[in-house]
Amino acid sequence: MVDKGWLTIRGVGRYAIEAFLRLGYATRFLGLTLAHSQVCLRRPRLVVREVYFSGVLSLVIILVSGLFVGMVLGLQGYQTLKTYGSESALGVLVALSLLRELGPVITALLFASRAGSAVTAEIGLMKATEQLRAMEMMAVDPIARVVAPRFWAGVISTPLLTAMFTAMGIYGGYLVGVVLLGVDEGSFWSQMQSSVDFREDVVNGMLKSLVFGFAISWIAVFEGYDAPPTAEGVSGATTRTVVTSALTILFLDYILTSLMFRGI
Amino acid sequence: MERSSLDVWVGLFVVGGVLALLILALKVGNAGDLLSAGPTYTLSANFENIGGLKAKAAVRSAGVVVGRVATIDYDPDTFNAVVTMKIDQRFNKFPRDTFASIYTSGLLGEQYIGLAPGGDEKLLAAGDRITKTQKAVVLEDLIGQFLTSRAGEPATK
Amino acid sequence: MSSDNFVEISGLHFGYGRRNILKGLDLQVPRGQVVSIMGGSGCGKTTLLRLIGGALRPSAGTVTVDGESVASLDRDRLYRLRRKMGMLFQFGALFTDLSVFDNVAFPMRERTSLPEPVVRDLVLMKLHAVGLRGAAKLMPGELSGGMARRVALARAVALDPDLIMYDEPFTGLDPISLGVIGNLIRTLNDALGATSIVVTHDVRESMKILDYCYLMAEGQIVARGTPSEMLASDKPYVRQFFHGEMDGAVPFHYPSADYGAELGLDVHGR
Repeated sequence: MVDKGWLTIRGVGRYAIEAFLRLGYATRFLGLTLAHSQVCLRRPRLVVREVYFSGVLSLVIILVSGLFVGMVLGLQGYQTLKTYGSESALGVLVALSLLRELGPVITALLFASRAGSAVTAEIGLMKATEQLRAMEMMAVDPIARVVAPRFWAGVISTPLLTAMFTAMGIYGGYLVGVVLLGVDEGSFWSQMQSSVDFREDVVNGMLKSLVFGFAISWIAVFEGYDAPPTAEGVSGATTRTVVTSALTILFLDYILTSLMFRGI
Repeated sequence: MERSSLDVWVGLFVVGGVLALLILALKVGNAGDLLSAGPTYTLSANFENIGGLKAKAAVRSAGVVVGRVATIDYDPDTFNAVVTMKIDQRFNKFPRDTFASIYTSGLLGEQYIGLAPGGDEKLLAAGDRITKTQKAVVLEDLIGQFLTSRAGEPATK
Repeated sequence: MSSDNFVEISGLHFGYGRRNILKGLDLQVPRGQVVSIMGGSGCGKTTLLRLIGGALRPSAGTVTVDGESVASLDRDRLYRLRRKMGMLFQFGALFTDLSVFDNVAFPMRERTSLPEPVVRDLVLMKLHAVGLRGAAKLMPGELSGGMARRVALARAVALDPDLIMYDEPFTGLDPISLGVIGNLIRTLNDALGATSIVVTHDVRESMKILDYCYLMAEGQIVARGTPSEMLASDKPYVRQFFHGEMDGAVPFHYPSADYGAELGLDVHGR
């Protein structure tokens, strides 16, 4: 009995130490990535290429999801608001939910599973097939050449995708609310405009998505670079990217919301 | 993937993102107000109670937005709230005895300042203080007044 | 230390964690020769190459390449030294997202500031040397194993290195590709005036192209000599390795308890 208890405690301890070590490695790796980022300024083509693979290829899923999320918001919001006779506030409801929370969070979750996992798998495979070592033997630093462009492409793509997701969502809410259910078009837009504040809502939402993009890119490149160079290693790392990103996004979202929208 | 078509896609992507951001800022949000805000002048007013008035609340006259609340402060000598407003330069002909009151749009909507022009020949200049004000109507006070007035009446029947 | 040795290794020790891989290894690679390092799987040959390339640091002993002690170099000087080296990895390690042409052009574009037309001509020359000029537009996924290895070879010699290292260049190739790669190793070495180190356990193919041969076992050099000397050797391990005998100095059985006892048979009688 005593033995078993000790073993459990030891297991917990070892787990905690390992988690802490990994966080340390990840931080060191982030430092290296940032230190090697001047390549991205000197050769922007490297980043452009990765923006294509991360951002442009995520566009369809982001736009379609945005449209449907907005349409659902319009439908649900209309049903609820109608009971209080304030359907005209539908625009406010749709716009604020999307700008503050749903836009940044859902875009980040989709981006992590669509592009983050792809980046992890790509870097992991390059490691498993010795491409990173080959690069190093050619006196080319893989962190500067492979990791940094993918990292910055993720940081750039996320806010842009979020903006498009949110705009699409508001359009979806407009389609259902105004075109389908007959909310007055004028009050839909004017109420929205009078309650949505540029700095409080639009800028804060974009800041959120920038933070999320940073976190996802960091997790994705680190997991890929750290993956054991085998097939199972890479697939495990891909899964970890999605899971860790999702948890990190939701955790950060709570922190950011409580910091940003404190006074409102 | 050829280099040039990749460039085109990324270019479209960035333009689309920036465009979406502009739509959010101008059509959805109120950045348009910030951008198109022409020259303004400042007026201030003391209120006994501002209720739930917030900075950036609208200042209306005859229902039309003529400016916004800039800051809300507290005067420790008079125990009054000091509200400064930025009024559009185009509307600079408010008489001296303009009356400023705090209203609520709808039953539970947001609060705003209403300006009711008086008949004075002299006009308010930039930096002037509006002296005739009416405090916000606080729901609790209304209910309290109602109850006390009822208590004073002889019991019906 | 004579200057006609391009690579010189003395008293080299190295280990991953507590596992010692190399235990006091001495080795010289003369300028201009094709030298092979042979040994069973997992005896530390690949590790040795990584030590020469400076990707790993020895725990004791020195590795000298072209007169410079690799372990003492800082990052910039190490990267400058690596420009003199080309390496062919076990399965080629071609960049899967770049075409054959871009793969070979990669070291030129990254490490030199040659104008694009010059890069183009050089790449086509390198590809021509390995017989794959026609495959320039293909992606690595469309190549056979032997072709991928040849493209990787063209990439390894893209900057005309002084030292070319081959990590198991013969693994998993059909007999025709084997001959092609073997020949290329020799001809490229002589054409470039380079020095080559071939890590392999393929005896038959490498014997045809070698100048000198080291045999490794358990982290040390156990035999050295020209190919004919090695084939004629009567040391038991050398004989077993070069003639592919099943049992000998290296026993067929992994060290184990007595077979009969482990099966619970009463072999000794009681």
